[in-house]
Amino acid sequence: MKMTMRLTGSNRPIARLVLATTLLTTMLQITRASSAQAAASVDEFKAAYAVAEAANTQAGALRNQWTATASTLADAKKAADAGNFDAAVALSKEAEALAKASIFQGTSEKQAWKAQEIR
Amino acid sequence: MASTIRVRATATGDTTEVQALIQHPMDSGFVKDAQGQIIPPHFIQQLTFECNGKAVFVADWGTAVSKDPYVKFSFKGGNKGDDLKISWIDNKGASDTTTAKIS
Amino acid sequence: MKVRSAISLASVALALAALTLAAAPPASAANAIDPAADARAFQKFFTTKFPKLKLEDFVNGPYSLNEDMHRQWVEKEEFPPYEFSLDMGKEMFAQPFKNGKSYADCFANGGIGIRQNYPYFDDKEGKVVTLELALNRCRQANGEAPFSYVKDEMAALTGYMAFTSRGKPFDIKIPNDPRALEAFETGKQYFYTRRGQLNFSCASCHVQNPGERIRAEILAPALGILNAMPIYRSEWGGMGTISRRFITCNVQTRGVPLDPQSDEYRDLEYYLSYVSNGLPISGPGARP
Repeated sequence: MKMTMRLTGSNRPIARLVLATTLLTTMLQITRASSAQAAASVDEFKAAYAVAEAANTQAGALRNQWTATASTLADAKKAADAGNFDAAVALSKEAEALAKASIFQGTSEKQAWKAQEIR
Repeated sequence: MASTIRVRATATGDTTEVQALIQHPMDSGFVKDAQGQIIPPHFIQQLTFECNGKAVFVADWGTAVSKDPYVKFSFKGGNKGDDLKISWIDNKGASDTTTAKIS
Repeated sequence: MKVRSAISLASVALALAALTLAAAPPASAANAIDPAADARAFQKFFTTKFPKLKLEDFVNGPYSLNEDMHRQWVEKEEFPPYEFSLDMGKEMFAQPFKNGKSYADCFANGGIGIRQNYPYFDDKEGKVVTLELALNRCRQANGEAPFSYVKDEMAALTGYMAFTSRGKPFDIKIPNDPRALEAFETGKQYFYTRRGQLNFSCASCHVQNPGERIRAEILAPALGILNAMPIYRSEWGGMGTISRRFITCNVQTRGVPLDPQSDEYRDLEYYLSYVSNGLPISGPGARP
């Protein structure tokens, strides 16, 4: 316990930052939950899905798609087919985040790969 | 069609060392194919090695043996030039036999 | 509380890592493509990392890095699991097509003992041609349907062709053609580029960690990795080609693989084969 305290103490600013971020995320989740009470519509899903799909296509142009993006997109579609648009929108957003991460990776690696090269 | 059994048997002193490789799917019955259908069990049930008509190695196999199984054993007796007959029979009634000479 | 401090520690570590990366010197300005120098540096890296190994030992991958596995392998090679495939390949290779021609007509020296020259740069097409590609083109030119690039028939054919070339050193040539140099460079870039959700490049495993375990497997060094292709992998329960190896690697990092024999894979094979120049062909191989 003593050990833990000391560690936390020495990293206090970062610990505070982590705490703040956690709180912020929680608050965001609460807001999202309350707005979701008016359940997501077909159109919302379609829009979110289209955005995610476009991002994944862009990753495809970089030859850097992730399998997780494809499966999350498929899950979103499945949820929408089952009429669960809340889940479908959430999954589409997740797929979009994954696709964006793969785009970031593909773009940064255009230069970063050289760091690994044997010379 | 080529035989499903490959054998090598070498006699050194009074023992004979036998190695065999058998081509067989050995499906356990627990695996699904790409369409999600169970692949029915298909495995070798009995494998026999006979030297000069006398069984020297008999194995009762089940689904736990791997695909394209490999067997290695040695037995006392057996001379260069003797016949070694290998045969297997699977749960679907298929079988194969081959005869090799001990070298 | 404990969890939080662990998280903050992790963030510190991440921040440090990011800093170190940012502080790393920028790639050297010498951007001229020099395959020969690359190959020298590549081979030197591995011979320095594994000083006990002879150059030709690298073609046996993990078996040269672990004594226990080496003993198992010696025994396995007495009765190798690729034997059935090898026989099938030999039979297929000799079998003429419907038009009476055969594979031997498509290749130099009747297709025997030429594996070490593939892939080569085709100056008419302006692209790299691999052995797998050449085999399917040979089939199509003779009115036969192409084979799947990943296994069975293709592996049997390349396995037989590798077998007839065993012991011959890889002899990949890069002509003084800007397109060939670019293909080499693209292959190199593919090899070192991190991809997939797990953020791994080919080099993450096969340059930085050969000899280490990834789960129960021992990672093979990138040097000589293609010399043993195609391979019987016990994990696959069958034979696999170079295309299959590339695709599975990509999938294992959770990346969507490219189509077999797409340009990037051809370039990658060109790069990897070139830097293993001088190492003997040992295919077909067996791997756990």
